[in-house]
Amino acid sequence: MWQTIPLWPTEASTISRQVDGLYALLILITGGVTLLVFAVITFFILKYRHQRHPVAEQIEGSTVLEITWSVVPLGLFLIFFAWGASIYIAEAKPPKDAMEVYVVAKQWMWKFQYQTGQSEINTLHLPLNRPVRLTMISQDVIHSFYAPEMRVKADVLPGRYTTTWFQPIKAGRYHLFCAEYCGTQHSGMIGEIDVLEPAAYEAWLQGGGGEGSLAATGQRLFQELGCANCHRFDAQGRGPNLQGVYGRPVLLDDGRTVLANDDYVRESILVPGAKIVAGYKNLMPSFQGMVSEEQLLALIAYVKSLATPAPPGAAAGKRPPPAKTTAAAAAP
Amino acid sequence: MSAQSSHGNPASGLAAAAPAALQHQFADLEQQRESATLGMWVFLITEVMFFGGMFTAYLIYRVMYPAAFQGASQHMLFWAGTVNTAVLICSSLFVALAVHAVQEDHRRLLVFFLLLALLLGLAFLVIKGYEYHDHWVNHKVPGASFQFDGPDPLHAEVFFALYFLMTGFHALHMVIGVGLVSTIAFLAWRGRFSPAYHTPVDNAGLYWHFVDIIWIFLYPLLYLIGHRRLW
Amino acid sequence: MSTATQITETENYLNVDYGIKSWLLTTDHKRIGLLYLASITLFFFVGGFFALLIRLELLTPGGDLVQSDIYNRLFTMHGIVMIFLFLIPSIPAVIGNFFIPMMIGARDMAFPKINLLSWYLFMAGGALILYSILTGGADTGWTFYTPFSTEYSNSRVVAAALGVFVAGFSSILTGLNFIVTIHRMRAPGMTWSRMPLFLWSNYATAVIQVLGTPVLAITLALVFLERVLHIGVFNPQMGGDPLLFQHLFWFYSHPAVYIMILPSMGVISEVVPCFARKRIFGYAFVAMSSVAIAVFGFLVWAHHMFVAGVSVYSALVFSLLSYAVAVPSAVKVFNWTATMYKGSIYLRTPMLYALGFIGLFTIGGMTGLFVAALGIDVHVTDTYFVVAHFHYIMVGGAVMGYLAAIHFWWPKITGKLYPELWGRIAAATIFLGFNLTFFPLFIAGYLGMPRRYHAYAPEFQVLNVFSTAGASILGVGYILPLLYLLWSLRYGKDAGDNPWNAAGLEWMTASPPPTHNFAETPVVTWDPYNYNELPDMPEEE
Repeated sequence: MWQTIPLWPTEASTISRQVDGLYALLILITGGVTLLVFAVITFFILKYRHQRHPVAEQIEGSTVLEITWSVVPLGLFLIFFAWGASIYIAEAKPPKDAMEVYVVAKQWMWKFQYQTGQSEINTLHLPLNRPVRLTMISQDVIHSFYAPEMRVKADVLPGRYTTTWFQPIKAGRYHLFCAEYCGTQHSGMIGEIDVLEPAAYEAWLQGGGGEGSLAATGQRLFQELGCANCHRFDAQGRGPNLQGVYGRPVLLDDGRTVLANDDYVRESILVPGAKIVAGYKNLMPSFQGMVSEEQLLALIAYVKSLATPAPPGAAAGKRPPPAKTTAAAAAP
Repeated sequence: MSAQSSHGNPASGLAAAAPAALQHQFADLEQQRESATLGMWVFLITEVMFFGGMFTAYLIYRVMYPAAFQGASQHMLFWAGTVNTAVLICSSLFVALAVHAVQEDHRRLLVFFLLLALLLGLAFLVIKGYEYHDHWVNHKVPGASFQFDGPDPLHAEVFFALYFLMTGFHALHMVIGVGLVSTIAFLAWRGRFSPAYHTPVDNAGLYWHFVDIIWIFLYPLLYLIGHRRLW
Repeated sequence: MSTATQITETENYLNVDYGIKSWLLTTDHKRIGLLYLASITLFFFVGGFFALLIRLELLTPGGDLVQSDIYNRLFTMHGIVMIFLFLIPSIPAVIGNFFIPMMIGARDMAFPKINLLSWYLFMAGGALILYSILTGGADTGWTFYTPFSTEYSNSRVVAAALGVFVAGFSSILTGLNFIVTIHRMRAPGMTWSRMPLFLWSNYATAVIQVLGTPVLAITLALVFLERVLHIGVFNPQMGGDPLLFQHLFWFYSHPAVYIMILPSMGVISEVVPCFARKRIFGYAFVAMSSVAIAVFGFLVWAHHMFVAGVSVYSALVFSLLSYAVAVPSAVKVFNWTATMYKGSIYLRTPMLYALGFIGLFTIGGMTGLFVAALGIDVHVTDTYFVVAHFHYIMVGGAVMGYLAAIHFWWPKITGKLYPELWGRIAAATIFLGFNLTFFPLFIAGYLGMPRRYHAYAPEFQVLNVFSTAGASILGVGYILPLLYLLWSLRYGKDAGDNPWNAAGLEWMTASPPPTHNFAETPVVTWDPYNYNELPDMPEEE
């Protein structure tokens, strides 16, 4: 019913209804209080206009009132805060089984890379009812991925990955806007999110990406760029064995421990000297300027696919015992 | 605080300085003096906030890229920074002595100490200039000619950018301070100040001490981080 | 107080000296206030002209009036001019400069020459910004986000940033002057708790100006140095971090919005008691709320960055603090309302503007509760919802408060009365035009219309047409005071010393006041807002 009243956009994701619910509560309460204040003021102006009330009564104040109208609003505000915070926290925790799509933004277009190997410009095809996590980066300035019907927005930064996720609940075509001013064609950096029923999505999957999965592309790059020369899968490499590294803590030579996430892998390729793994020398050359953001994402997909279960209590980062052979599984 | 000159010393060349003019907006000299001093303190607070932005940037990058910053710091001219620190601390001492001199009605000492502080300030700037030249020659100025052979040159360049920005703004404030102290020294020589009226000396001294304190924070952050052999 | 009806040329600050030098080299705080009045009025109409062009473009979804390049410069320069050359100085530099010494019984500010220097710095900054406009303007948005502003923009960023940098020092010096003046130059007997609330508001504003503006200065200096010298403090390709810019920028720019609203709140605290003929309700709470807003205002800056890539933990903290800062503002609204209770209300023009302020500021403040909620903000940040929110506060609030101040103190400044009928017509026109302009934009924003969009999705058009219609009415509303206030200078009735029988030391001297404000320094033995001791409001003629 609410869709026919153009006060809010279609509720197209699992979070939309919650956001709209908080919005409705806020309208109710703030609208009510505002109207109350207006009514009281109007009443006072009329009842105490000077023609009717020529002598004003000097009233100092009332501490009880002051405390009441400080504490009661604060209480209401805490409710708004708590609900808003719970939505935000949920938006920061994508489900473990979310499908992964990579987004590279540039002036003034959106490039989407799917784990299955397709890439698209400005249109994002998604299956109905599956949560999707977007890992995003910009090639140039700050952009922002905004899907109003999904109620999600996240800035897309140069130099660092940002993520957002949502689960579409309604098939259809929805807006995609860039929401961080990025130059001349900022208002033209728009696209479409196409949520497809399962059959239509299967049909779309068949249609694209003949190059194999993203991780397979990454593996190819890993060979072509010479990474495999140092990052061997046995104990002989000049660089750490990358099996089982992704997603686990890494001990660095200065004693710090960092998590091997997307940003870490990207930085290791572009600025290897920033974090040296304990037990290794600062020998890796920088690949800055030699790989595009899309290629970096493919390499990350490959490194991710090398994750194997670690023995308990082992942190990656020391020269490992002779490694097991691995089955590089590409998992879309 | 009192209005009369309590130590009229003929040997100093002036029995009593010309009384300070009461500006029209003030009720009395005490209000004038207190206002001027409060004004200078408020101004120095704004300067703390100004430099604070750069210190914040430094602290954040230092925590994010410790290897780069420590490596870059080892390329600083340790002796130059240390000598400059001593120079500035001594100059602040002389400024404090100058304020004491005017309180005791010693005009010649007042001028003498101000000139000493001035000289040290200029010495600071000369040494800084030498450092900048050295950095330029060794390709440590951020930009196309930057070269760095330690770990993480990308972020080492950020260190040097911050170094030049922070010491550059500091040097700018030193130049202003030199101008200020020169002016005060000239007016002192002309007999403008006395135990009854020396607010401009006090406030110029506050400014000078502030610029000194900024350097005392800059020195360890820029020169003393990371492992270093002293000799 | 007798009203002076004869036209004897008693000496006052206006006629004591003539000629352009006597104005450009004045150190009289009242003349400096008028210098500011003239220049910020000019800048207001420059910024307003850009707003008109923006609203005309947005009548249709396509980008057909101007090219997108030009549009981007229009909204950028609209923001820069309105914020830095109009709103930030407005009440402090015009009304504050004019009346703070008078309200405390002093003869001038603590530092009259620095006051004049302040105006010249303001004009220099304004000249640089005008130069930027005339040579094409900046296109970065008034927020100068990096790396777009430092590495990618092909527009006049350096001139604009430098102009804001220079104008910032004007703001710092004004704040410094206010702090020292209020601390040291109050007349005998005027304790802090006997000060009119306008002084409390401006004092809190001055503290923000002094602590916050230097951070903007260094941030913009880093931007133009980075742009010119290609150092990489904010550029990821050179090892820098664009989020560092945002933190440093908003550390000033959030408190800046309190610089823009606190003085208006101080004005309302003067106008409502006068036109209700009773003391303010809850003086201590209103005074303390100004201080609380100034303090908390420094703790909430990252609520502009909830989707920028900050951690969840920091977002939670900043959201909570943002709700905390809303409480003192609410307290003020309730106290003003309670002041009207059992008062004796006169709906003269200043009171109409004050009531308009209360209404529009309440709506604006309420929508602040929406954007402070993390889940809502993710959806509405960078949309027209936020644009509507801050215009309700800045225009519905701050500008209405400014106009209330102008109309309240005009008789004291000029010695003349403006035509009350036209004052009321303008107030009503502005109120109606404003709501029509900005209320539809809340809806457009929640529907998903992003801000800074030259062309937009067609479903937003109806709302935009309403908004543009409102803007044309609002424009007419703003031109009216310009006309009738100027008219009153020549043809207005003489005001007399105290045409409102208002409380406050400034009303106890002639209109226009003599150069030194008071013949003798007053000794204050009474509380502020002593309306029980003052005669009734004179009847309208």
